[in-house]
Amino acid sequence: MTIEMVRYDHITWQAGAFRLEGVSFTVPAQRYAVLMGRTGCGKTTLLEILSGLRHPQSGRVFIGERDVTDLPPGERGIGYVPQDGAMFPTLTVREQIGFALRIRKRPAAEIDQRVRELSDQLGVAHLLARLPQHLSGGERQRVALGRALAANPSVLLLDEPLSALDEELRDELAALLKRVQREHGLTALHITHSRREAALLADVVFRMEDGRVTEGGLRPAGGGNQ
Amino acid sequence: MTTRGVSGFWVSFAFVAGVYLFFLLAMLAATASYSVPEDLLKALGAREIQHSILLSLITCSITAILSLLVAVPTGYLLARARFPGKSIVEAALDIPIVLPPMVMGLCLLIFFQSPFGRYFDEGIARVMHKIKLDIILTGYAFPPDARVFTYTVAGVILAQFVIGAAFAVRTMRGTFDHLSARPEDVAMTLGCTRGQAFWLVTLPAARRGMFAAASVAWARSMGEFGPILVFAGATRMKTEVLPTTVWLELSVGNLEAAVAVSLLMVIFAMLVLGAVKRAGERL
Repeated sequence: MTIEMVRYDHITWQAGAFRLEGVSFTVPAQRYAVLMGRTGCGKTTLLEILSGLRHPQSGRVFIGERDVTDLPPGERGIGYVPQDGAMFPTLTVREQIGFALRIRKRPAAEIDQRVRELSDQLGVAHLLARLPQHLSGGERQRVALGRALAANPSVLLLDEPLSALDEELRDELAALLKRVQREHGLTALHITHSRREAALLADVVFRMEDGRVTEGGLRPAGGGNQ
Repeated sequence: MTTRGVSGFWVSFAFVAGVYLFFLLAMLAATASYSVPEDLLKALGAREIQHSILLSLITCSITAILSLLVAVPTGYLLARARFPGKSIVEAALDIPIVLPPMVMGLCLLIFFQSPFGRYFDEGIARVMHKIKLDIILTGYAFPPDARVFTYTVAGVILAQFVIGAAFAVRTMRGTFDHLSARPEDVAMTLGCTRGQAFWLVTLPAARRGMFAAASVAWARSMGEFGPILVFAGATRMKTEVLPTTVWLELSVGNLEAAVAVSLLMVIFAMLVLGAVKRAGERL
């Protein structure tokens, strides 16, 4: 039996004409899940509900064994990489990556080491003193990833992380995402509308349509080529 | 611009802008050349006018800070929060901008004549007297029927603040509207409370907007006349600010002093404009 890491249980949410109707699905632990669907169909809302930025109108959300539905975002053990990275406008790369640890009042030496580790792994060690406006799109996404990983989350949420990048960079970053997910033992939920990304990255694919989510079948680990 | 020379389209638009600009500059030039610089500087040396300059600078600066303190949370609330009746609140906050300044001044006066207003006005004076704040701030003890705001310097600040804050709120609302909420969201997933996210991420990014909002409030306060006249009076050496000076000097026929003070205010306005432009925000 696969261990469940992320579970949506009959989540409903509505705003105007837009609704989520009893969305229920499960992401197995340490798997890379890709959620696909047309733009505007509610994929981002699902991520927001999982991360605690939005409260569902009914239903529960589980991470591991914990019911996190009423927990604040900072206590859920998740890392969130929104579209375009959402950098903190006035902080350097070093301060962005170290942010989560600084909030937790970790000692400076520990923060320093973690920042060095992550920036080396993600290839941004030469950018530590830069401000966000001097970063390229690809660099921003790497920094956003490092920022999300700093406090050792168990779940990684990615909202169309590769959409704004050109094709060459996309493949490179996709490989990085997969590698990071494996090495850190993360459960990833990655939103995209690109079938190529799903093919490259997904262990599990979900499709979202008309406010409902269905599983698209388990892909062999390592992905196929399309 | 077409290859056949400057097109009629651009010429006609430039003409309209040019006429307006010419009129503005002609007025300023006429004022500036009304008298010789030496006489103007002499006029500025009068005791009452020196006091007025100082009072204007101090009250406008205090008003700017107070306006900012109100504008930051209010602007943020309007930009981020959704609540029933929001459009009514937005309209209400625009009242000081839309109403004629004299009307605002009259409303202030009437409020402080009302039982509640008097209670508030005299009440604060009594509290200040009790904790000796009156002697600390003004150097003399308040008599029993003293009032803090009506016909006082505090009244000048209040009259400036009521209108200045409304402009500052507008500016800050615009600033926060243009700042994406996503970084704040990310900060919260990283462990921040809303307050921490606001302090660590949003405020630093809003610095330029805050400077612009304070500058708007400062500039507007510098020019405030009607409400101050009605509410705080025009007592020389006490509640006289620069616009009041212009009016008082005009009313006794001392055109030189009026012109001198007006030119001084033009210079102040240009300094503020320059500072805001350099900070990169729009007024």
